[in-house]
Amino acid sequence: MEKNVSQNTVNNDFMKAVQLDIGENVNLCYQCKKCTAGCPVVHDMDYTPTQIIHAVRLGMKDLVLKSKTIWLCASCETCTTRCPQDIDIAGIMDAARIIAKREKVTPAIKDIPALHKSFLQIIKMFGRSYELGVMGLLKLRTKEFSKDMSLGIKMLKLGKLKILPQISNVSKVKKIFSKVNKIEKDKR
Amino acid sequence: MIYSYFPGCTYHSTGKEYDMSFKAVCSILDIELKDVNNWICCGSSSAHTTSKLLSVSLPIQNLSEVEKENLNEVVVPCVSCYSRFKKSIYEIENDSQLMKDVSEVIDYQFQNKVKVLNPLEIFKNGMLEEIRDKVKKDLSEIKMVCYYGCILTRPPKFMKFDGCEYPVSMDEILKDIGVNVLDWSYKTDCCGMSLSLTNSDIVLRLTNNIFENATDVGADAIAVSCSLCHANLDTRQEEVNKLYNKKYNLPIFYFTQVMGLAFGCGVKELGLDKHFVSTDKLLKRI
Repeated sequence: MEKNVSQNTVNNDFMKAVQLDIGENVNLCYQCKKCTAGCPVVHDMDYTPTQIIHAVRLGMKDLVLKSKTIWLCASCETCTTRCPQDIDIAGIMDAARIIAKREKVTPAIKDIPALHKSFLQIIKMFGRSYELGVMGLLKLRTKEFSKDMSLGIKMLKLGKLKILPQISNVSKVKKIFSKVNKIEKDKR
Repeated sequence: MIYSYFPGCTYHSTGKEYDMSFKAVCSILDIELKDVNNWICCGSSSAHTTSKLLSVSLPIQNLSEVEKENLNEVVVPCVSCYSRFKKSIYEIENDSQLMKDVSEVIDYQFQNKVKVLNPLEIFKNGMLEEIRDKVKKDLSEIKMVCYYGCILTRPPKFMKFDGCEYPVSMDEILKDIGVNVLDWSYKTDCCGMSLSLTNSDIVLRLTNNIFENATDVGADAIAVSCSLCHANLDTRQEEVNKLYNKKYNLPIFYFTQVMGLAFGCGVKELGLDKHFVSTDKLLKRI
């Protein structure tokens, strides 16, 4: 269900930070709602994509970073594809997620960032994704141990999940992660 | 013909049948695939929701390996990898500071000489006659709809592949090999992607819509070109039936498995025995 967006706190630096990240002007938005009309997950969001863009323009940082919307966005790129003003709306969701993580904002939906964290931890460890490892780490974070268990067992039986990880170029991957960290820290 | 090949992390697990069937088809069409040296994960959604620099560095590191081998074209079957590769090229072409940072991260001056292709692209561009020549089996009894998913064609400003709302490349290939391909409305509607692991209720709702339209137009099966689409449509179909009180029985094929069937490949060779929704009944008709 969508809630109303009303201005309470204004943070123009936030708008600038988002704009810097996507390299486009969010003020081009004229609220036509095309992004919302095409969004496959809008029913589960608390604010529509159109409202999120509006909130970014108003500098309503808290509202955006604490919304369910930024985490539920599936990055399907339908909004970005259809925007008549060529605004990268899916990119705005990414920018908001990155800022939320950097500023340690408690996410409205914990499982989704937990999945991303688990996934990146596994890549750092093995160089490639390893589904069982990702699922294991995710379950430790969400404590939902029984979720999709029978699905996982069936996949194992069909050989669609591997017991052991594939390991590739781990030293390079570790270097990439640490250099990215360093460059991003230096810029702040 | 030789292509550099980036299998993507799912090639030996959830997307195993795509890798098996793509390789089987390529071998029949005399296409040689050479794995990218020391390839690593592209970072997928988890990288681009965490750090822009990381999300661009991981794909460019892989493309640099292709460049170092002096190969000009890399085939990327996994749609998530394909999309990340293309996005990364677009990002560095339009942001010189990012390009500088990426070079520092991967410790290599990327020349941007490698063309990124997906399997539909290589078959569609100039190979249709050879594909037709290899057909041994009549598949006209199978009524299929082609599901492209969301990010294979989107956003068009950097994917630059097929129509972004109404793609036709898979339809044309399958029609060419004799499949009865049907038109429908859900070619590019999202299946929920990685929300499957955390919010499966959303995936069930979205895939129910897809199955409903496929059934309404009279399809026996759905063809896909993405391992995540395949997993969402195949492994959770039973759950959709339970939740929405439906009786869908729609086998989900990788389009390369359909090509392999037309070329006379065996069920096991194409990984058709690895699906949740059995293909047996349908295959008896051909």
